[in-house]
Amino acid sequence: MTMAHLLEADHISKYYGNIVALKDISTYVNGGEVTCILGDNGAGKSSFIKILSGVHQADSGRLVVDGEEVQFTSPRDARAKGIATVYQDLAMVPLMSVWRNFFLGAEPRKGFGPIQWFDSGKAKSIVRRELSEMGIDIRDPDQPVGTLSGGERQSVAIARAVYFGARVLILDEPTSALGVKQAGVVLKYILQARERGVAVIFITHNPHHAYPVGDRFVILNRGQSLGAFEKSQVDREELVRLMAGGRELAELEHELEAIKVEV
Amino acid sequence: MTESTARGVPQDERLVRVGSLTRLLTRPDIGALLGAIAVFFAFSYFARSVNWIGDPGIAAGWTDQAAQYGIVAVPVALLMIGGEFDLSAGVMIGSSGLLLGYLTTFQDMNVWPAMLLVLLFGLVVGFINGLTVIRTKLPSFIVTLATFFVLQGVNAAGTLKLTGQTAIQNIDSASGFNSARKIFAGDLTHYDFKVKVIWWIVLTAIGAWLLAKSRFGNWIYSSGGEPNSARNVGVPVARTKIALFMMTSGTASVMGIIEALELRSMQAGEGIGLEFIFIICAVVGGCLLTGGFGSVIGTFFGAAMLGMVQLGIVDAQWDSNWTFTFQGGILFAAVMLNTLIRSRAQKAR
Repeated sequence: MTMAHLLEADHISKYYGNIVALKDISTYVNGGEVTCILGDNGAGKSSFIKILSGVHQADSGRLVVDGEEVQFTSPRDARAKGIATVYQDLAMVPLMSVWRNFFLGAEPRKGFGPIQWFDSGKAKSIVRRELSEMGIDIRDPDQPVGTLSGGERQSVAIARAVYFGARVLILDEPTSALGVKQAGVVLKYILQARERGVAVIFITHNPHHAYPVGDRFVILNRGQSLGAFEKSQVDREELVRLMAGGRELAELEHELEAIKVEV
Repeated sequence: MTESTARGVPQDERLVRVGSLTRLLTRPDIGALLGAIAVFFAFSYFARSVNWIGDPGIAAGWTDQAAQYGIVAVPVALLMIGGEFDLSAGVMIGSSGLLLGYLTTFQDMNVWPAMLLVLLFGLVVGFINGLTVIRTKLPSFIVTLATFFVLQGVNAAGTLKLTGQTAIQNIDSASGFNSARKIFAGDLTHYDFKVKVIWWIVLTAIGAWLLAKSRFGNWIYSSGGEPNSARNVGVPVARTKIALFMMTSGTASVMGIIEALELRSMQAGEGIGLEFIFIICAVVGGCLLTGGFGSVIGTFFGAAMLGMVQLGIVDAQWDSNWTFTFQGGILFAAVMLNTLIRSRAQKAR
């Protein structure tokens, strides 16, 4: 395949002192695809996305956007290339309404000459349109973000990133703090973003969340890649087994049995 | 509610529980409005002997008092929504009035250019307050408390050294005094209503517009509500806060000018203690001490309420010392109400 990927990570390594955080991680994502980065706590998922989003720099390896090698020195550089990251804290103000949050820092304005005001009518109608296009059912754009559920907040943050021109959307554990139903809602919006041609990098420790939406899976363990699979190459059970580290799980089961016997 | 029905979306069962009363109670300014109405009618009974409702002179009295509180309370409320305090807002009235007196009587300046210099002085003090808070990351409570005490000493010592007394007199001998007094401290033609009442209403309108309708308003809310998130999405939090400190000190200077023109002299201790009244107005108006939430219109009603209490207690022929007790009671009730409103606004309904 000669066509350049939208975003490609090529043999990325990162060290913190003598600790190997990431070793030779490679993956890619294209518009309209979802690449899942799977791994347990401490597997290196956060280090990896921080490199993709420009917060940290890799010690070796290349980042390639549209076939051109790039150097991100700050999150601003990544954003300029259309790479938006939705972190777990979501960068929202709970006491402010949905529409105020949506446009925070990028308020649409109208007026004459020096007298400019925040075009709240336009802001509200854009919010309503964008959210409904994502299939997000927000009761009322005037309600404070603090009154939304965790899943709804994630959805608004995703819609905001998509609206402000994200070509690559990096989602940091968007489902981890959510209940089953809410997580399902967020997964639906990930697919919606994919349908709109956005490239999604979905970080999670839950293979049951990754499998239904992912096109490609990269499994990290202790900073190393345990393998990268296209969806056609792997089924759900295999993914679960790889994630848990089959042998380790069997050992754990054995240990638990031993404890039970003692009790 | 009607919109979602109009779009053909089935009515969400979650919406039903949010009645109009609940919705009203999540507004920060409604408590202050109800409180002001209650206080008005209470004094129309207790102060019936002076015809509280019917005598325009009585209304002129309490609106004058309310304007004195309300003008500076507007930027104080914005600053609180932006997450900061200014305890030097009261003493700045004295400093500014004294500076105007010094420039006009000791330096023989015309009142108009002197007023410009005083305003500039206010903006500079606000800038120093703001920059210090941003740079040191100390609580503004402490930084502006220091400014307060520094200025209090300067006011007292400076006035004594200049005049040998505790006040600067004869400001009305300066050129340009009469024209300036007409605009800032005169009477409206009817019933002795003061011009500053107009200033109070105009400043409230500007403040409310800024907060609700301008980009700056969005920045104020976010700077107080969640400054880190705001910074992450590109809001200039430091600039917003410094601008708010400058607005507060600048408005306090305007109030100092108004008082100097009105009284024709300025006491060294003028304005001290008002900083807490401004904060009470803002809190009664629904501003949270933690920032991120509040209302300029509510603050307007808060100032009206405190103005009525101040004069109503005298008109009802009670001991005026009770004023403080009333102010404390109002503050306490307002804080309780605000806490309730905030928990409603933050938690899922």
